[in-house]
Amino acid sequence: MARKAPEPVQVVKQRRDAALKALVGGVPYITFMGISFDRRGDELTGVLFFDEKLIGNPFLPAIHGGVTAAFLEVTAMISLSWAYIWEDFESGALDAEALAAGNLPRLPKTIDFTVDYLRSGLPRDAYARATITRAGRRYASVQAEAWQDNRDRPFAQATAHFLMPRQDQSTDSSSD
Amino acid sequence: MTVDKAKIARQFIQTIPHSKALGMEITALGDGMAEITMPYDERFIGDPKTGVIHGGAVSALMDTCGGAAVMSHPDAPAGTATIDLRIDYMRAATPGQMITARAEVYHITRSVAFVRATACDDDTDRPVATATGAFTVEGR
Repeated sequence: MARKAPEPVQVVKQRRDAALKALVGGVPYITFMGISFDRRGDELTGVLFFDEKLIGNPFLPAIHGGVTAAFLEVTAMISLSWAYIWEDFESGALDAEALAAGNLPRLPKTIDFTVDYLRSGLPRDAYARATITRAGRRYASVQAEAWQDNRDRPFAQATAHFLMPRQDQSTDSSSD
Repeated sequence: MTVDKAKIARQFIQTIPHSKALGMEITALGDGMAEITMPYDERFIGDPKTGVIHGGAVSALMDTCGGAAVMSHPDAPAGTATIDLRIDYMRAATPGQMITARAEVYHITRSVAFVRATACDDDTDRPVATATGAFTVEGR
C-alpha cells in the first residue's frame, strides 16, 4: 500500500499557526497582558513582553506577583487547551478556519492554582512552559515554570488543576 | 497601626503600576486587614463567550490585597514579598460586576505572615475565589 504523501510544510505551518492564533487571540486578557506564544511543533513557550504596567514594586523594581501568577496560569491553560484540540485540528475534525472565525472550543476552567515565588521577577521579558502531568476526561493537572535569563533558574513555578470542557456541550455557556 | 503607617502603606500600594493598570482601589486598610476593589473591564476577560474575568486578574487582586494586609500589620515593619499563594476558584465572577477582595493576616512570625483572602462580586454570600498565602516579613 502506497504511503500517503506528507502535506507541504506551509500547509502544516499555516494550519497550526492559525489554530494557535485563534486560541490565544480570542482571550482579551492575554492581549492586555502582552503575552504571546512561540510554537515548535506542538511545544509552546509563553512569552511575557516586559512593560511598565507589569511592575509590582517600583522601588526594586520587580514584576508584580499577580502578573507572574497570571502569566503561569495563562501558559498552563493555553498549553492544556492546545494539547486538547491538537488531534482534532490535525485530523481535520476541527477546522482551523472555523477556529480563526471565532468558533473556538471552550477553555478549561481553573479549579485551583498554586504559585511559588522563587526569586523576584526582573523588569525584562519572561518565558514559561507548562507540562500536563495528567489529562483526564474531566480533570487535568498541569505544572508550569517561568524563567528570564536562565532556563535552569526559574523565578516562579506553579501547579494548577483544571476542569475540562464537557465534550457534549462544547458551545454551552452554562457553568458546571 | 499608626496613622502614618497606614498612610505610607496606602501610598505605596497606590503607586504600584500593575494595580493601577487593573484599576484597583483600596477601600479599607489597617491592622493586618485589607480590602481592595477591581472594576469589571472588558480588557480583563478570560472567556470571550461569557465575558467572565480571567483568573489571572483575580490572582493579581488577591496578591495585592494579601501584600497590603501584611504591610498594614503592626508587627510588619516594612515591605513584603509573596512566598506562595494558592487560589481556589469557586465560581465564575458575574460579568459586569466589580470584584472586592478582603485579606487578613491570621498569623505572623518574625519572618513569615500567613494570609487568608476572599474575593466576592455583588453576591457576597458566595465567594468567587478564596486564597491562602505566605508572605515574607522584611526589615527587621
